[in-house]
Amino acid sequence: MGLFENYHPEDFFDEMFAEDGKVRPHYKEIYQRLRQMEVKEFDRRREAIDTAFMRQGITFTVYSDEQGTERIFPFDLIPRIIPADEWAHIEAGLTQRIIAINMYLYDLYHGQKIVNDGVVPAEYALKSAHFRQEFMHIDVPKDIYVHICGTDLVRDKDGTIYVLEDNARCPSGVSYLLENRAAMKRAFPNVFERIGVRPVDHYCEELLSVLQYIAPASQPNPNVVVLTPGIYNSAYFEHSFIARQMGVPIVEGRDLVVQDKFVYMRTTRGLQRVDSIYRRIDDDFLDPEVFRKDSVLGVPGIVEAYRAGNVSLANSIGTGACDDKAIYAYVPAMIKYYLGEEPILPNVPTYMARDKEQRSYILDNLKDLVVKPVNESGGYGMLVGPKSTKKEIAEFKRRIQRNPRNYIAQPTLSLSRSPSYCEDCFEGRHIDLRPYILNGKEITIVPGGLTRVALRKGSLVVNSSQGGGSKDTWVLYDK
Amino acid sequence: MKATFTRSQPVQPMLSRVADSLYWMSRYMERAENISRILDVNLQYMLDLPRREQTNPKMLWGPVLRSTGDEGDFNKEYPKTDSSTVLDFLVLSRDNPNSIVNCVNRARENARHVREQISDEMWEEINRFYLSLKGLSQSQIKRMGAHEFSNRVREASHLFQGITDATMPHGEGWEFIQAGKYIERADKTTRIVDANLDVFAPGQSKRSNRAGDALKLAAILKSCSAHTAYRRIYVADIEPEKVVEFLVLGATFPRSIRFCAEALHCALRRISGSSGERFSNDSEKLAGQLDAELHFSSIEDVLSPGLHASMDAIQTKLNQIDESIYATYIFYDPEEASVTPAEEETGILQRFKAMQGLKASEKIGAVARKKPAKKVARKKAATKSGAKKSVTRKRTTKSNK
Repeated sequence: MGLFENYHPEDFFDEMFAEDGKVRPHYKEIYQRLRQMEVKEFDRRREAIDTAFMRQGITFTVYSDEQGTERIFPFDLIPRIIPADEWAHIEAGLTQRIIAINMYLYDLYHGQKIVNDGVVPAEYALKSAHFRQEFMHIDVPKDIYVHICGTDLVRDKDGTIYVLEDNARCPSGVSYLLENRAAMKRAFPNVFERIGVRPVDHYCEELLSVLQYIAPASQPNPNVVVLTPGIYNSAYFEHSFIARQMGVPIVEGRDLVVQDKFVYMRTTRGLQRVDSIYRRIDDDFLDPEVFRKDSVLGVPGIVEAYRAGNVSLANSIGTGACDDKAIYAYVPAMIKYYLGEEPILPNVPTYMARDKEQRSYILDNLKDLVVKPVNESGGYGMLVGPKSTKKEIAEFKRRIQRNPRNYIAQPTLSLSRSPSYCEDCFEGRHIDLRPYILNGKEITIVPGGLTRVALRKGSLVVNSSQGGGSKDTWVLYDK
Repeated sequence: MKATFTRSQPVQPMLSRVADSLYWMSRYMERAENISRILDVNLQYMLDLPRREQTNPKMLWGPVLRSTGDEGDFNKEYPKTDSSTVLDFLVLSRDNPNSIVNCVNRARENARHVREQISDEMWEEINRFYLSLKGLSQSQIKRMGAHEFSNRVREASHLFQGITDATMPHGEGWEFIQAGKYIERADKTTRIVDANLDVFAPGQSKRSNRAGDALKLAAILKSCSAHTAYRRIYVADIEPEKVVEFLVLGATFPRSIRFCAEALHCALRRISGSSGERFSNDSEKLAGQLDAELHFSSIEDVLSPGLHASMDAIQTKLNQIDESIYATYIFYDPEEASVTPAEEETGILQRFKAMQGLKASEKIGAVARKKPAKKVARKKAATKSGAKKSVTRKRTTKSNK
């Protein structure tokens, strides 16, 4: 019995099948291959990959018990495929977006022209939880604030690709993108060349060149490090993976000391200067002298060294002021304001509860909307109207009325689906896409990104903390 | 302290924390192996013992617990001493920090800290070993046989050490692994000897049981993988004094204390890069002293102060070496530390210093410190030209090959 035997795209945009039931041209080869495959054979490859992930320790930590169980991030073997022309469109849109976001941050931390011109309301721009007053009028290396950005994209029922959110602080997941590709190459070694899939393996090289580019100019051979909160962090595997791929040390806060506004690491041969830091510690924990006093993960004095220009940080400090859910709504306006261009990739229409009219629309239509708190991430604290009880809706109504500034609402998108393996056969599951944008001397986006898939039937939540998995993402060469 | 390695490429100096993790990863792995060996002495001995003599489990297991140094903890946790409780304590207990399961957990935690330093093969082996012990129960061990289990632990440790030698660059990190392995092994060999004083130094204890002692000596040799090697030197004659000589002073046997002390000393020398003439730090001094002492001792020198006292003295010295490694390489006071960029010896850096008009002896930090005037000027220029200009700088999208 074939794996596609009982497959129905149902009433969704299906990435593999067009509305007339025919396979989309860019999926033809892989469809043929999968169709001929026995369930057993497919299962064998899937299990081999899971075992390999476990053996290699490609895991994240779940904090549900004391010992911190390690789990593999579920991996689905059916790739998500993006044709060349569609990728060109996405790439152009993301490039435009990161330029505008970066200009916004420069402006926000200098003249605040965009606020004074009334394009972005001051109450959002300056009161964002991640806005850092301490960094007003500080110049950052090469004027780049966001060096690494993970922007989440979704496709709606009519096929349009929307930007769902930007992650401009410490976006994670790129190691899964790279490991997924390695796993697929082992599972289907012959397919890649025949189908013509663009490689992604150069990500870490590109990241290293960004980190070298922003290093203080006085250092001809800059010392780059990855700063991690430590092995108990759920993303530690990724931090270590990236450090290994770049061939640079991975350090914890306690490995670094600051003397006379220079950052050094403790080595067996004394102190060695550090020039450029890819930090995977949030602003709040970075420096107990400046931010949270109780942080034991950070490095006392590092912010002072950064201000003095003696060390570079990626991402810069205070970038969270551009990626909260309220500022998100103004990114299209930023693009017009700074670049004089129309946004290439649209935002999901967003209603702001602070606006009286929009608020009453939100309150009247809660059962059809997705409501998100402005300063949360990871899919927490959300209301998904169509999937909520009356009680939950009433509760959100109260919350919104009490603190309208803290909420935005969006229509429930009908996220596109992709065939995914669900015990013995394929079923449609909702997916999104997180490409990783690198911003240094040039802007580089490795083709594709991390496709996350909501493996629970009917679920729209793709976060790994809530039952999500991932797929390899193939961007095809231009024919 | 000047390194004398010849290097064609600049070598990154090693993070202190990384050196510490590699050292402890190695120590814990070796410790797990040695605990299985200590356990095995008795398991082997019991196999050869006539049934009726197995009456006093406390006498049988007492020395084993003493040799691990955790006898007090054991007595607190367990009401009685027998092979079940001892097995539980030494292998499975979560409360005993030195149980085999805990040693392997810690070895793996340390490996996880330094995954970017060790080879993939090393990581996969240590991870595999860890996963194989997860959820292990006493009944499972009994089903496979405790002796078989202790064999597996030994094999896993050997495999890990072999993979380490075959896949990891033999640089500074590898030397810390060697240092950890040999200091731990030396320590545990002193403990195995010490735990069996009744057979090694029968004069000091009252009991005499020649036949039983011979069995015990054979078991000790087997558990140290020393049986064959011993026979090759001393033929079939298993005498307590000769066994002690072999385990303490054996020149070429890789588990003898002398061999381990020499290997430890050499690893520390290669870490500092100093020549054999003098020492350059305390850890080297102490390791050199122990090495020399064992080289220039006869078995009479070891026995005359009392075997127990000799073993105790060696353990104390090993502890001092461990502490001085920590003080020298791991946890020094940054205020007093030297700022030594690794590239100091490479041509690039010297050329760069010449470019900056610095003397070769000046430190890199000084370069940046000399430049503040210039930096301020650059900043002013940036503010003058206005925000708009630098903001509108566009970047091109790089196309990927």
